[in-house]
Amino acid sequence: MSFVWTIAEQHNGKLRDVSFELLARGRKLADKLDTKLASVLIGDKVSEQSMQQLIQRGADEVYSIQDPRLENFICESYAKVLTTLIKTYKPSIVLAAATSSGRTLMPYLAIKVNAGLTADCTELDIEEGTGNLLQTRPAIGGNIMATIKTPDHRPQMATVRPKSSRPLAEDKTRAGKIIAVPVTADMLDGRVKVLGYRKDVTDFVNVEEADIVIAGGKGLKKGDNFIIIRKLADSFKGVVGASREAVDRGWIGYPHQIGLSGKTISPKLYIGVGISGSIQHLAGIKTSEIIVSINSDPDASLHKVADFGIVGDAFQILPEIQRRMDKRNGGAK
Amino acid sequence: MKIIVPIKQVPETSNVKMDPETGTVIRAGVETVVNPLDLYALETALVLKERFGGTVTVLSMGPPQAVKALKEAVAMGCDEAVLVSDRKFGGSDTWATSYTLAQSIKKIGGYDLIIAGERATDGDTSQVGPGIASWLDLPVATYVAKIESAEDKAIVVERLVEDGYQILSLPLPCLLTVVKEIAAPRLPTLDGKIRARQMQIPVFSTENMELDAAALGLKGSPTKVVKIDTPKVTRGGTVVKAGDDESIVTAVNELMTFLEAKGIL
Ligand SMILES: Cc1cc2nc3c(=O)[nH]c(=O)nc-3n(C[C@H](O)[C@H](O)[C@H](O)COP(=O)(O)OP(=O)(O)OC[C@H]3O[C@@H](n4cnc5c(N)ncnc54)[C@H](O)[C@@H]3O)c2cc1C
Ligand SMILES: Nc1ncnc2c1ncn2[C@@H]1O[C@H](COP(=O)(O)O)[C@@H](O)[C@H]1O
Repeated sequence: MSFVWTIAEQHNGKLRDVSFELLARGRKLADKLDTKLASVLIGDKVSEQSMQQLIQRGADEVYSIQDPRLENFICESYAKVLTTLIKTYKPSIVLAAATSSGRTLMPYLAIKVNAGLTADCTELDIEEGTGNLLQTRPAIGGNIMATIKTPDHRPQMATVRPKSSRPLAEDKTRAGKIIAVPVTADMLDGRVKVLGYRKDVTDFVNVEEADIVIAGGKGLKKGDNFIIIRKLADSFKGVVGASREAVDRGWIGYPHQIGLSGKTISPKLYIGVGISGSIQHLAGIKTSEIIVSINSDPDASLHKVADFGIVGDAFQILPEIQRRMDKRNGGAK
Repeated sequence: MKIIVPIKQVPETSNVKMDPETGTVIRAGVETVVNPLDLYALETALVLKERFGGTVTVLSMGPPQAVKALKEAVAMGCDEAVLVSDRKFGGSDTWATSYTLAQSIKKIGGYDLIIAGERATDGDTSQVGPGIASWLDLPVATYVAKIESAEDKAIVVERLVEDGYQILSLPLPCLLTVVKEIAAPRLPTLDGKIRARQMQIPVFSTENMELDAAALGLKGSPTKVVKIDTPKVTRGGTVVKAGDDESIVTAVNELMTFLEAKGIL
């Protein structure tokens, strides 16, 4: 029986949410194929409890590959580990998150195991009759949705956009198997060394994995005005995004940029403030669940794709929203 | 240092037009450009060349018209250009594209570094760069935002990841893909344009390359597109006007009710 696999992601031994999102996708596929779902967890010193979490969120089995030399993501080593595992266990489907590591690992791996790979899927399904994986992804800046299959190669591989699916509820009663896979020398590739991490603590976000993104554009007039957006984003427990205009003017750092030459996001809620909605910006937000637009220009393109738009001055509207949020959050802040 | 930069010719994004009948992209009559994200790769390569000497070879797989993209890169300062073109390459997915490009890079040979764009604005996969690295069994660093140092044998880079920047040291030769943060692309120069106009660009094809025929083009591609849909562009949302104090309060009320109904608040 060929399993469905998901590649779990961890950082510093802690599982990332995308690991659970992938399991929700994988569970549905495994059930349709009447097969089992396994999650592959590569890292170092990841706790037994974390592995149980994968089971409680949908996995039947967890392959655990732990070694100090696998603590950080290194494409070449992770690909070697997975190549070995895939050749041994022959899964029919392998899903990973479309994150900085998933998007690096999967294309590298696909070549090594001679498999097809579809990037950035937002929908996955099983084709009636053939049992082939149907992989649907936005292309050309979200202007089209292409459905792709890989009929003659196994495994069928796909990366899935973070936040494009919701994790299953934790089920403490679920039981599963944890299989510790011993690490052998041929699974490690010593060529690339991780020298460390740098984080601009004051100005760093992960817009791709946020549920709520409030983005500011040129309409904010100057960098200092991003304070208004930051405060509002805090009240929404969201993060701050930006248009390229705002980033290029130095109002905010590049990690915040959303769009064609920045990040693509699929949050529950995107609010664009003083952003016109250029085709390049829209390319990054098309798969958001809800789009809200605040712009003084009634003809702004962002209003046209918004689920809710307010035509008006951001400097009058944002304080009013802030007041409501403060009230909701118990007058705090 | 010999650097190779694979670039793609893509339709100009702000002019993407869709055929409402077939849901496909209309390519006829649409202006093509160098994939905008490849300009950062070109700039990075040119800066390294200025610092360490050497050459930059630009490489593009596509129809004969892709020569235009290559000439643009030469006009920016690249030394050599290669067009990879053959009808048999048509319809390649990222697997077949990265195979064909990797074989072309082998044919060029003698390289220290390959720098690709983060992603092409039409295919939009980010898979070809790491794919090339895998075919050539080179170490890879994606989303590179900064080159810390480069020496004869190794390069130290910062890559933009979810938690910040991961600092990696890679031996040469290796492959990098770069993001916008790394550099501001230069414009073509007049001298460059003249040089580009005069340059004869060699064409790599099935006739003069070592290729596994089964790994080429549409037939050699593991993935098959089975359906194309055009999602609705507008969401038919509500747009309210807010001018004076009262209408602002009303508009924000409506927004809050909307967000509550959607389960956000
Ligand atoms: C190759 C390429 C890649 C690109 N990549 C990206 C990308 O990744 N991301 C991106 O965002 N852009 C990208 N762009 C740039 C894009 O084309 C636009 O220039 C950019 O998105 C515009 O940013 P903006 O909406 O903030 O500014 P503008 O288009 O200038 O819009 C500002 C808006 O603010 C409104 N406004 C002004 N004052 C107020 C007020 N007081 N209250 C409310 N509203 C107000 C105005 O009505 C206007 O609609 C790219 C362009 C190219 C060519
Ligand atoms: N046909 C091509 N010719 C040359 N380089 C390409 C081609 N397709 C993709 N690339 C390179 O691979 C990168 C990623 O492309 P993609 O995987 O299609 O998003 C691009 O930015 C280019 O550097």
